[in-house]
Amino acid sequence: MTDHVLALQVNGETHRLLVTDHRTLLQVLREDLRLTGTKHGCDLGECGACTVLLDGRPVLSCLTLARRAEGRSVTTVEGLAENGRPHELQTAFAELGAAQCGYCTPAMLLTARALLDETPDPTPDEINHALAGNLCRCTGYNKILDAVQLAASRSQG
Amino acid sequence: MGGDYAVVGRSYPRVDAMDQVTGQTQYADDLRPPGTLFGRHLLSTQAHALITDIDTSRAAALPGVKAIITGADLPIAYGILPVSQDEHALAVDRVRYVGEPVAAVAAIDAETAEQALELIDVGYKPLDEVVTLDQALADDQSLIHGEGPGQNVHRSAALEFGDLDEGMAVADHIREDVFFFRGNNHAALETHAALASFGADQKLTLWSSTQVPHYVHRTLEKVLELPAGRIRVIATPSGGGFGGKTDPFSHELSAAKLSMLTGRPVKITLTREEVFYAHRGRHPVLMWIKTGFERDGRITAMHFKSFLDGGAYSSYGIATLYYTGALQTTTYRIPNYRFEGVRVFTNKPACGPKRGHGTPQPRFALECQLDKAAEDLGLDPISIRLRNAVQPFSKTVNHLRITSCALSECIEEVAEASGFADKHGRLPEGSGIGLAVGAYMSGAGLPIYFNDMPQSEVQIKVDRGGGVTVYSMAVDVGQGSTSMLATVVAESLGLEPGDLAMVTADTDLTPVDLGSYSSRVTFMAGNAALEAAEKIRSRVVGAVADELEADPADLSPAAGRITVDGDPESGVAWPEAVRLAIAATGPLIESGSYRAPDLAGPYRGAGVGPSPAYSYSACVVQVGCDAETGTVEVERVWLAHDIGKALNPLLVEGQVEGSVYMGLGEALLEEQAFRGGLHRGPSLLDYKIPTALEMPPVETILIESIDPEGPFGAKEAGQGPLLPVIPAVVNAVHDALGIRIDEVPMTPDKVISALRDAARGGEGRFGPAGIPDFEFPEIIRVEPPEEFVAP
Repeated sequence: MTDHVLALQVNGETHRLLVTDHRTLLQVLREDLRLTGTKHGCDLGECGACTVLLDGRPVLSCLTLARRAEGRSVTTVEGLAENGRPHELQTAFAELGAAQCGYCTPAMLLTARALLDETPDPTPDEINHALAGNLCRCTGYNKILDAVQLAASRSQG
Repeated sequence: MGGDYAVVGRSYPRVDAMDQVTGQTQYADDLRPPGTLFGRHLLSTQAHALITDIDTSRAAALPGVKAIITGADLPIAYGILPVSQDEHALAVDRVRYVGEPVAAVAAIDAETAEQALELIDVGYKPLDEVVTLDQALADDQSLIHGEGPGQNVHRSAALEFGDLDEGMAVADHIREDVFFFRGNNHAALETHAALASFGADQKLTLWSSTQVPHYVHRTLEKVLELPAGRIRVIATPSGGGFGGKTDPFSHELSAAKLSMLTGRPVKITLTREEVFYAHRGRHPVLMWIKTGFERDGRITAMHFKSFLDGGAYSSYGIATLYYTGALQTTTYRIPNYRFEGVRVFTNKPACGPKRGHGTPQPRFALECQLDKAAEDLGLDPISIRLRNAVQPFSKTVNHLRITSCALSECIEEVAEASGFADKHGRLPEGSGIGLAVGAYMSGAGLPIYFNDMPQSEVQIKVDRGGGVTVYSMAVDVGQGSTSMLATVVAESLGLEPGDLAMVTADTDLTPVDLGSYSSRVTFMAGNAALEAAEKIRSRVVGAVADELEADPADLSPAAGRITVDGDPESGVAWPEAVRLAIAATGPLIESGSYRAPDLAGPYRGAGVGPSPAYSYSACVVQVGCDAETGTVEVERVWLAHDIGKALNPLLVEGQVEGSVYMGLGEALLEEQAFRGGLHRGPSLLDYKIPTALEMPPVETILIESIDPEGPFGAKEAGQGPLLPVIPAVVNAVHDALGIRIDEVPMTPDKVISALRDAARGGEGRFGPAGIPDFEFPEIIRVEPPEEFVAP
């Protein structure tokens, strides 16, 4: 076990941390930076609740070593809003009841954000494929699909 | 219908939606006060064994380990039901399933705690593993509770209403069928977590992802031998419950005890694997059902037997047992009904309540049998159900009081919306459509422990600036109960739900609500909140009337003012009205409460089933099946739900869609499966739940029957809509392929097996062959209520 000083850029801010090699990005985000918006649901890469964006792409932070994020940009749910203004996805999820218990929501939002960044006007099929790695146990996904479509259409203006 | 409301009946977001979508909601595992220690459980590696020795000395010597406890440190037994207190936080002398907590460690970090577990040495002397129903019913196996060999029967029951033999004698057609519903897990996305802090003031605070803070409070009081007044339980925002967080759990007690020993906060968060061991999920139930029909489809008699595999502990099991027999009569007028049931102990994680608690299994059996009977009699699935449908304001043969009931409308509307009559029996080979119905309680009529107190209390306090704070112990498990309370109070006071401050689920701050189970919160906490709000409203309106020298009857709260009816500009703004009321009559603090009417019938076992109101659902599922692979794709679901009154249609739809989702998972994928006493796959990779790709569009039809006793006429939505989904899928597969799958989950291998059976000239069925030979207790015979009306 070796400790390394890690410069981790999260939501546009750089943090200098002493991190043991085997610590995961999920552990560092939640325990060292106290960014608890990122959730754990299995710690085995099965449920998707720990999804964050690494250089804009969704990754499972429970399966990503924190050191792998060095020199790259990490986005968590806390970084979705800009200057206190929620992202279109956040507003749409709230308005349409796409969150019930809300536990899968941060990861769901980030995965959807990555999709919309790449595919601004996705089909329902594209949305369902993008979100298939993020399990939700409450909603039955219908309202999540609706919310992503609403956010997409609003972003298209 | 149902009055002219400003807030009630309108769709709007949850009151906590923005916290959720910005990641601000703090779940139990997100909490970490300074100095927090990390706790972990050592789990049993044996399904059934005596503990001969536990040596914790090596673990205790590991730097960073602060405390270790074993069963001897928490010797007092507990259990959710007063009559079955058979659990210990940590195993005492004996383990009864693989994964049972044996010891607990608190350490400075999670890694140290985990290392410490490996240094605890436990000696086991194995006993017979009792794993299957047949083993449990044999009389030569080791008793799981008790000494020596014997039958591992937890509880059995036998009730008869009317005269079964007479009812069968007049039947034109009698069917006997056997069904098996394999058990499954809730698999809430949030794993259970608890943080305990025992302070220098000798007071204990427990934050826990529980659905039942009041019952956890009582359990801590008993097991820790602390006065209840020195214990505070806070139910944190829940990352999903579905009944899986409705028992007091080992990790809550271990964290508390470890905090008492160390004087530091201790947090235990279960791993996903541990969730499958903590379980309390859907019981596996083997069912035999014999029903007599007249030629026109009218039911003359029903005999129902259930065999529940309860796992190692009682949990809610006695209630579950009775639930497998109680609600058949809430949808169909069964004039003569006999129920016999038995729950056994096995060396597996304990089963308990999951969404629908003991009723989805018999509902699956009943609705599938009805589908078969309709075919036998040349009837269609709609008309056989309408012929027998329970009517509003009636009594069932087992003494359940039915009030509002839109079952027939649900059937008619869902059939209409789905085009059922045009599709059933007429879709191309491989495509099919199925129908089923269900009913569920809007709250169990009786509390878990007998008492004469209210089942829900709500307090409202109004600040001099007009701010309204609502206090309730109801737990929002994602179903939206906090938003429901805000809706009810806002409607009464002429405010917006978002204007209110909501304080919930905290035994120090909020008056008792029994918890989020049995779909009780809208009906019970909703009524309590309405009573409290109406008192506030009356005082504020009275004070304004005095000020304006007006008649209070002409004034109402609306849009943030107390106005003269019909003139929205008139009157006084809410904050000023509040100050008038406080000046006139003192602090503006009121409370309300709810207790269900006494509805239990005149027999032992009658406590399970009564509810102040029942919701009704009817579901149509359309499937496409692949006869080569046995896969079933659900293409579309229509679900009509008698909600009484939809307080917030957006949230009600969410409950319906979520119930459909969970039902589809249970119908096609999910099973808590074992190899011997070993869980086959305690992970979300092996225990598959539907993803966005498996989820079809759901068309929800809300039917408002306006219940006379519900708040604004409302009934439940969280559980009932799940019930018809499972049999509707199974019936749709029959329509598609002609086969009968009498066992869920309906995995592809079962479909293939039934198709092969049909190809060989068999009946094209997959399912259990029969039921064990078991002697049920002497039947308790009960006269039907005078008000019962046969179909």
